[in-house]
Amino acid sequence: MGDPLHTVTTLPTARQPGCPFDPPAELIDTRRHGPISRYTFPGGKPGWLITGYDLVRSVLADSRFSSRKELMLHPTIDYGDIEVPPAPPGEFLHMDDPQHRRYRKPLMGKFTVRRMRLLTERVEQITADHLDAMEQAGPPTDLVTAFAKPIPAIMICELLGVPYQDRGSFQEQVGSFMNGETSDEDLIAAYTATQEYLAELVAAKRANPTDDVLSDLTDSDLTDEELKGISLLLLAAGLDTTANMLALGTFALLQNPEQLAALRADPALADRAVEELLRYLSVAKTFMRTALEDVELGGQTVKAGSPVILSYNTANRDPERFADPHALDLHRQDGGHLAFGHGIHQCLGQQLARVEMRVAFPALVNRFPTLRLAVPAGEVALRPEIADIYGVKSLPVTWDA
Amino acid sequence: MDAERCVGSGMCVLTVGEVFDQRQGDGKAIVLRPEPPVETRDAVREAVDLCPAAAIFLSTDRRH
Ligand code: SF4
Repeated sequence: MGDPLHTVTTLPTARQPGCPFDPPAELIDTRRHGPISRYTFPGGKPGWLITGYDLVRSVLADSRFSSRKELMLHPTIDYGDIEVPPAPPGEFLHMDDPQHRRYRKPLMGKFTVRRMRLLTERVEQITADHLDAMEQAGPPTDLVTAFAKPIPAIMICELLGVPYQDRGSFQEQVGSFMNGETSDEDLIAAYTATQEYLAELVAAKRANPTDDVLSDLTDSDLTDEELKGISLLLLAAGLDTTANMLALGTFALLQNPEQLAALRADPALADRAVEELLRYLSVAKTFMRTALEDVELGGQTVKAGSPVILSYNTANRDPERFADPHALDLHRQDGGHLAFGHGIHQCLGQQLARVEMRVAFPALVNRFPTLRLAVPAGEVALRPEIADIYGVKSLPVTWDA
Repeated sequence: MDAERCVGSGMCVLTVGEVFDQRQGDGKAIVLRPEPPVETRDAVREAVDLCPAAAIFLSTDRRH
């Protein structure tokens, strides 16, 4: 409390060299000054940057903070006075209740713990297929393309009912608007192509329903436009996040050999290991909210209309919540990380992501006991900080064949 | 359990599967054991804390 209020004027654009898993040093430093700081948005609008665990969690649980797209301000780009349109129908991540609820509700029954656990065998099979292919092709390989991307992609495509032959091009399109490096022009092109593809897919499911989530949803009062938006959201969320967790998580395990050995030695550690990797890596690192009314927060008054940046990765490294927060400790007991968020928007697909990771990490490290990086760690190409989801661009690995 | 508030995250089921489950149709949580066994009390408390929607309530009243 005693500290004077810290002000941040620019968000860091890079991580410390040699520390690819840690939030940028400036952000950790900001947390050290206190859980809430002033942040001046590009263009000069004053707002807030929340870096502490308790405050991030409380904002996420507070309906006085909105997720509506039209109220959001970009944290690093000044778009001037351009009016942001509301989220397109179905893209409920950027809506408040009751609109959000209308879309989330019909999906909730599709992603339950029980239903996702029933997919374990399928995930095991897909994982084994990809490990077989890696073994056959022999070392070295890029773990991102050989393993991390295809497993979640196949799962979400099967759940939604994207036909097999469409998956390659589809994944590429979605990937290019998630990597943070695509030019604006290509970004729009990829986005439009994906939209068009999904519109066709929805029409196809309505005409000939198959056994998948999207076909089930055509049986509700949702319009085609809404179904398209929902599919886009589920695909973008299901493809990129888990893929980055798998690749970056493997990188983190390889850099922490004693942790990797612990995971190999004890299959029962997998569940806890996944939670710890989620906390430690926090690949979905920042989310935005806007105050709908004046709110007292951490001794400050956040005025109605103020934009707020929530830093998940520093919250998950908050020393007041997690002992020795910058250590990867697969035996860690304290749960409650915010990697999937909190509040009404908490990740709908989290149980699917858990099943995928609980299967994939142990299978990979046990299949290749000599798995290691094929390049020096410093040469592993990382995504830029401006990408929504953090991760590696590629992960060259090798092993003794 | 406030089914209105529940957002179907499954955190409670994940934390104490003996006490919570989710309905097949709409994914809302249900309480399997309104009087959780003593050995699950800590886990139940954790589930209450983890619930993203603050939809689970713990009563110390012995009749509930
Ligand atoms: S943790 Fe809360 S929101 Fe999630 S399923 Fe249980 S009651 Fe519902």
